[in-house]
Amino acid sequence: MKLTLKIWRQGGEYKKGQFVNYQLDQVSEHMSFLEMLYVLNEQLISQGKEPVAFEHDCREGICGACSMVINGHAHGPLQGTTACQLHMRFFRDGQTVTIEPFRAKSFPVIKDLVVDRSAFDRIIQAGGYVSVGTGQAQDANAIPVEKDQSSMAFDAAACIGCGACVAACPNASAMLFVSAKVSHLTLLPQGKVEAKKRVLSMVRQMDLEGFGNCSNVTACEAECPKGISVENIARMNREYLASVFSSEED
Amino acid sequence: MSWLSPALKPIGLIWFDHFLTSSLGKKVIMSLTGLFLILFLMVHLMGNLQLLNADGGESFNKYTYFMTHNPLIKTVSYLLYLFILLHAIQGWRLWAQNHHARGGQGYAVQVVRAVGTNGRVAARMGWLGTIIFVFLVLHMWQFWFQMKTGNVTMVLIGEVEHKDLYTPVVAAFSNLFYVIVYVFSMWIIAVHLWHGFQSAFQTLGLNHKKYTPLIRFLGKLYSVLVPLGFALIPLLVYGQVQGWWSVNLSLTH
Ligand code: HEM
Ligand code: SF4
Ligand code: FES
Repeated sequence: MKLTLKIWRQGGEYKKGQFVNYQLDQVSEHMSFLEMLYVLNEQLISQGKEPVAFEHDCREGICGACSMVINGHAHGPLQGTTACQLHMRFFRDGQTVTIEPFRAKSFPVIKDLVVDRSAFDRIIQAGGYVSVGTGQAQDANAIPVEKDQSSMAFDAAACIGCGACVAACPNASAMLFVSAKVSHLTLLPQGKVEAKKRVLSMVRQMDLEGFGNCSNVTACEAECPKGISVENIARMNREYLASVFSSEED
Repeated sequence: MSWLSPALKPIGLIWFDHFLTSSLGKKVIMSLTGLFLILFLMVHLMGNLQLLNADGGESFNKYTYFMTHNPLIKTVSYLLYLFILLHAIQGWRLWAQNHHARGGQGYAVQVVRAVGTNGRVAARMGWLGTIIFVFLVLHMWQFWFQMKTGNVTMVLIGEVEHKDLYTPVVAAFSNLFYVIVYVFSMWIIAVHLWHGFQSAFQTLGLNHKKYTPLIRFLGKLYSVLVPLGFALIPLLVYGQVQGWWSVNLSLTH
């Protein structure tokens, strides 16, 4: 099929960017979206032009690297899929496909479609872990975990840290990501130990990074490739309130 | 850090200052003040429905007399003014901060998908709130300021002198321009609460399989019925003044 691609081109963080249109004449519906971009880049390279920079790693929907907004949707219009798992059969012959980088103050564009999502790493460093003394690995069943709790924790742990929630949120809020990490740990006995400290410092770091405030728009859940629920945000709000008033932390 | 920090620090409440200025704390203020306003609107509506009593304004004037003379209600009313201002100022600040967080460059293709609420409404709470604020200023100037500055006549109900607020209200509701502004504003409040009601609970972390569906249902019921109740009163009065219908409102004493 034939496609018109309208892609955001930007040389660097402080450079001015703009949309550039490209024509692709031979796109197979079996291609993945990223393969289609490769076809474009081959074409650009053969014309002696700069290829489009975009990020990817696993190509199986688990690393969260392939950040881009396709026709207004973070990771593309198909719900519950990352851009790398999106296939061209979901597009029509002759369609114009607009591809933009994630837009948020805290995710500055590095080049073309690549943004700097290291703000998420710093939020994880602030508390997205459990402290474990090293030594002999203990028996896996030594700490009993109730099945429903572990399922809920697992659902939250499905977050791949891709940042689509921030990209989709009109406020560029990182609440869904942070609440998924908080929930994932706080629902398990191992995570309970540092629960109060964790939620306070992760929220503080989130605010320091300059993400917006949550207005409960729920665009994050709708666009999240892993279907992380805003119930996690409510859980984080509860945890946060309880920790503010009962912990010893400032 | 906020302008409160110098006062809070010496008494060991710096943690509370951190809370109030955190993204979650700011939303808790929105939520609690919003819920208070929701409660207030219901009481206000019950009062306004007295306008429909066909007694030439007696029950309405008695009601306003009670509201302005009961010390508890007077205290609550000052709290109310404070909360409206807090809600509005905090709302504007959030609006500005959120706009800033999105960065200078918007999306070329804009779509808002949402789950369990109207995303386009949720993303426009600042605009909706600002329209409500403008209405409130007009509303306060029209009724409250006139009442306070004594621009009203007195009527005797029983032995006691009452301010006659009924007559200016009916006069305002006979003015087509005011009726249109009023009904439009009620519609905006309905839209604000269509998202706001359930959002306030989510902000406080009150999301639960057993209760959330009920909260959402009550929110929709409230955001339709209460503004509709407010809007019906000027419509009924205006219609009667125009002679379109007679709903048995005795509009004069
Ligand atoms: C009739 C009066 C009003 C009522 C009953 C009301 C109620 C509410 C409620 C319940 C919320 C949800 C809070 C939450 O999400 O936690 C809300 C949000 C909001 N209100 Fe109001 N409100 C009123 C007037 C106003 C006014 C005058 C403004 C002026 C700017 C305003 C601005 C906002 C904004 C910006 C939000 C969204 C905050 C956010 O989620 O980021 N509201 N309101
Ligand atoms: S919550 Fe969803 S959208 Fe946000 S970072 Fe995690 S996987 Fe991505
Ligand atoms: S490349 Fe890893 S999720 Fe898409």
